[in-house]
Amino acid sequence: MISRRRRTKAGSATRKIWLPIVAIGFLLAAHALAVEPSERLANPALEARARAISAGLRCLVCQNESIDDSQAGLAHDIRMLVRRRLSAGDTDAQTIQAVVARYGDFVLLKPPVEPATYLLWFGPAALLGIGLAGIAVWLRRRPATVEAATPLNQMERERLDKLMNEGQG
Amino acid sequence: MIIELGHFALILALFVALVQASVPLAGAARGHVGWMAAGRSCAVIQFLLIALAMLALMHAYVTSDFSVLNVAENSHTDKPLLYQITGVWGNHEGSMVLWVFMLSLCAAAVALFSNNLPPALRARVLAVQGMIGVGFLLFILLTSNPFLRSFPPPLNGRGLNPVLQDPGLAFHPPFLYLGYVGFSVAFAFAVAALIEGRVDAAWARWVRPWTLASWCALTIGIAMGSWWAYYTLGWGGWWFWDPVENASLMPWLAGTALIHSSIVVEKRDTLKSWTVLLAILTFSLSLVGTFLVRSGVLTSVHAFATDPARGTFILLLLLVAIGGSLTLYAVRAPALKGGGLFAPLSREGALLLNNLLLTCGCATVFLGTLYPLFLDAMGGPKLSVGFPFFNRTFVPLMVPLLIAVGVGPRLAWKRGDLLGALQRVWVAYIAAAVVVLAVFYATHGGPVLAVLGLGLAAWLAASVLSELAERVRLFRLPLAESLRRAVHLPRAAYGMTFAHFGLAVSVAGFSASAFDQESIEVLRAGGAMSVAGYELRLEHVDRIAGANYIADDATIRITRNGSLVAVVHPERRFFPLQQQTTGETAIRTNLLADLYVALGDTDKAGNWTVRAYWKPLVPWIWIGAVIMAFGGVVSLSDRRWRVGAAARARAIPPPVPVAGE
Amino acid sequence: MRRALYLLPLLLFLVVVGYFALSLRPGYDPQVLPSVMIDKEAPPFDLATLQGSGTVSLDALKGHPVVINFFASWCVPCRIEHPLLMRLAQQDHVPLYGIAYKDPAADASRLLGRLGDPYRGVGLDLDGRVGLDFGVYGVPETYVIDATGHIRKRFVGPLTEAVVDHELLPLLRQLGRS
Repeated sequence: MISRRRRTKAGSATRKIWLPIVAIGFLLAAHALAVEPSERLANPALEARARAISAGLRCLVCQNESIDDSQAGLAHDIRMLVRRRLSAGDTDAQTIQAVVARYGDFVLLKPPVEPATYLLWFGPAALLGIGLAGIAVWLRRRPATVEAATPLNQMERERLDKLMNEGQG
Repeated sequence: MIIELGHFALILALFVALVQASVPLAGAARGHVGWMAAGRSCAVIQFLLIALAMLALMHAYVTSDFSVLNVAENSHTDKPLLYQITGVWGNHEGSMVLWVFMLSLCAAAVALFSNNLPPALRARVLAVQGMIGVGFLLFILLTSNPFLRSFPPPLNGRGLNPVLQDPGLAFHPPFLYLGYVGFSVAFAFAVAALIEGRVDAAWARWVRPWTLASWCALTIGIAMGSWWAYYTLGWGGWWFWDPVENASLMPWLAGTALIHSSIVVEKRDTLKSWTVLLAILTFSLSLVGTFLVRSGVLTSVHAFATDPARGTFILLLLLVAIGGSLTLYAVRAPALKGGGLFAPLSREGALLLNNLLLTCGCATVFLGTLYPLFLDAMGGPKLSVGFPFFNRTFVPLMVPLLIAVGVGPRLAWKRGDLLGALQRVWVAYIAAAVVVLAVFYATHGGPVLAVLGLGLAAWLAASVLSELAERVRLFRLPLAESLRRAVHLPRAAYGMTFAHFGLAVSVAGFSASAFDQESIEVLRAGGAMSVAGYELRLEHVDRIAGANYIADDATIRITRNGSLVAVVHPERRFFPLQQQTTGETAIRTNLLADLYVALGDTDKAGNWTVRAYWKPLVPWIWIGAVIMAFGGVVSLSDRRWRVGAAARARAIPPPVPVAGE
Repeated sequence: MRRALYLLPLLLFLVVVGYFALSLRPGYDPQVLPSVMIDKEAPPFDLATLQGSGTVSLDALKGHPVVINFFASWCVPCRIEHPLLMRLAQQDHVPLYGIAYKDPAADASRLLGRLGDPYRGVGLDLDGRVGLDFGVYGVPETYVIDATGHIRKRFVGPLTEAVVDHELLPLLRQLGRS
């Protein structure tokens, strides 16, 4: 299933059976902060940009790794694409867009902030706000003091005496 | 034959679970003592039966009985014995058996160690656990049966995934499952309380040890998983916001909130319906986690081989268990009336804030994990949510929480003096300032957030310690007097101190990861590289053979300023059966920092890629977790849990807690 | 109002279950990554052929709908779909072109020699750049391209009879008519 030469993912629709095996295969193959020394650009500023951009791009055939971390073949290809673009003079945004144009927003580890993701990005803060408001309302709603207890009638007083005496016995 | 016995035991367990789910419940409703007591015997019998099933499965693995389909798919004669045994739960079916084993263990523990519980409550708790058992035993027997035979039996099995062939497999799943499943006890208590219509201080006191124990187990389980990933995966990462990791974090966050919230119920008789809801939610999150891992809807390195039929079954289980309990909650919870009043600035207020922040944090993780699924299922764009999201949303929620942890315990119940508390923490301010300045100086101004994180951790640690010092009036009374007070402090106080201190230690570990240094070079034998002031020399690479693998073993000499620090042996192992390569990293730690060395690829001409990292304070992440769990255990050993809790029938009110306790 | 608040957890839970149920519906594979290049122009390519003479280029393929299949000799699922590709080529007369993804010519030739060659032309994508431009993230992947050179559909993973009969062939017929 995984050739010894290549570490590219070998097929996808029958993932249901192969996914764990293949995915684990990736995991093993991908056990690296995998930028090979041979990939590095000569210009340190460009290389630093490349690393920063790579850290934000997802490896599509791995699980929850950036292409900077993964040793998969596809990760290597995309890393080289990033470096080619940067070397050609593209800005960071243009470089990222080049990858997104091929693989979609899924490749971004940081989901874009757009109407479809407003709930995602602003949800936590909104929840906190709602929670705080709810607590404030709840605290205000309760009576400021405990109501004075209604006085006991004779029968209740006798019963209380009996219980208290029992407790002491 | 033994396998058939195990299979039969499991089927019997299902019937026992059915009895356990129904008879005690009816008994509690009618006040029938005999029926209520039946719950205890059922729970113990069920545990024995499932233990038998588990042993039968283990036996098949150890004897390499490949006529059993599960063994054939996951084992091999060459596998070392440790992995023969622990490999039982290295696959879906076997891990489900571990799951119900833990469930029956918890139920049996409740049956045997809860003499202080009123019979009706205990009967209901066991009945609910029985119901959960029925659901999962059915799941196993109908969709995930490990006892199926395969004919003709293959000569040898497919072997265990090489990544799983690690001692971590022996510990990580059992602790994790104990944690997940342990929360079913709190869940059962909550449902039982709703059925009874009563939640009070006694209930909170009874439920706390079970919740604490599960929380400790889950803390250890998550920490182990993180550590295992760290030393196995080869690039030194320890948390990936992977859906399955998140699925374990969510019950942990909810469980932490639950522990703290139940303190308020116990001490102040308020926040009842919220605590009950939390108890239901914590276990529900465990169940949702089970669904996510085994249904195939989320991509994860942890995901087992999936099958939509299984996913559908678990979803139905979820619907019945969680839907049912939440319906019960909607109907019965409004009747739970609270008692204690408190000012917003008080210990109750601080605990309420704790709950709010933890719950929001949990909801954030939930949102981030499931958003891609929700969006995609609706036909929206396919997105992925990675660490940048969680860093920007989860971390800011945790910062005020850490401050609350430092200040909260100093506030009195009912009405606290916030200003006074903030002033008394002066020691902590000094500690924080010292640390911030020191780090800033040493690293020439590193990432600001990391420096602040370290400062916050120092602040919290100093605050926790100074709070303990205040309790024993250290330096204000003669030392002997302080010591005497220290000895007589309730263990729960120490538990809290340890747990909060452990949190500070872990936070320091998290923050320091911004100061990691790395070096990746291609070396020949005799070549050298350096990282963080250490020099690494690749002496030679040898080929060695292991039980079921062939490895390239590198000998690397680490020196600093010329003197030898260590000689390490990172490896790359090739498993011929699975045709997979894994790495064995070499980590040299002095508990303050890790030197992490991994062997990369070779070009077969004698050049090897070597990756070396220097990771300051990273061991503190797991040391902190262990301290936290230890704090939980110390709390558990508090005499007050074991001596009978406040008996309900008596008119004597529970003891008024001393301010500052 | 307060009572309604107690119903909120249940309602939220039911919404979540609804989404889970949606994601379990048959025919929906949550793992598959949809192509973002649907209805966009296919990236131009000009690759050396397997046979050694001439090239396979996108421009040359324009004018009628084609099916491009990315494959490799080291890819196991590719072998599973191979008989279906042969059927497509020989019985259904589908214009099938192959791109050998990160595969040396010798290996790809050997594979086709052994299993049969369903392709009208095979391009050699040795470094995977063409695959990268198409958004390929694994093999096998199959693309349906219309007469004007726009990508109309992508199939990820080995083709199955069901997919071919219910989706691929109808789409080709539809494109052929327009």
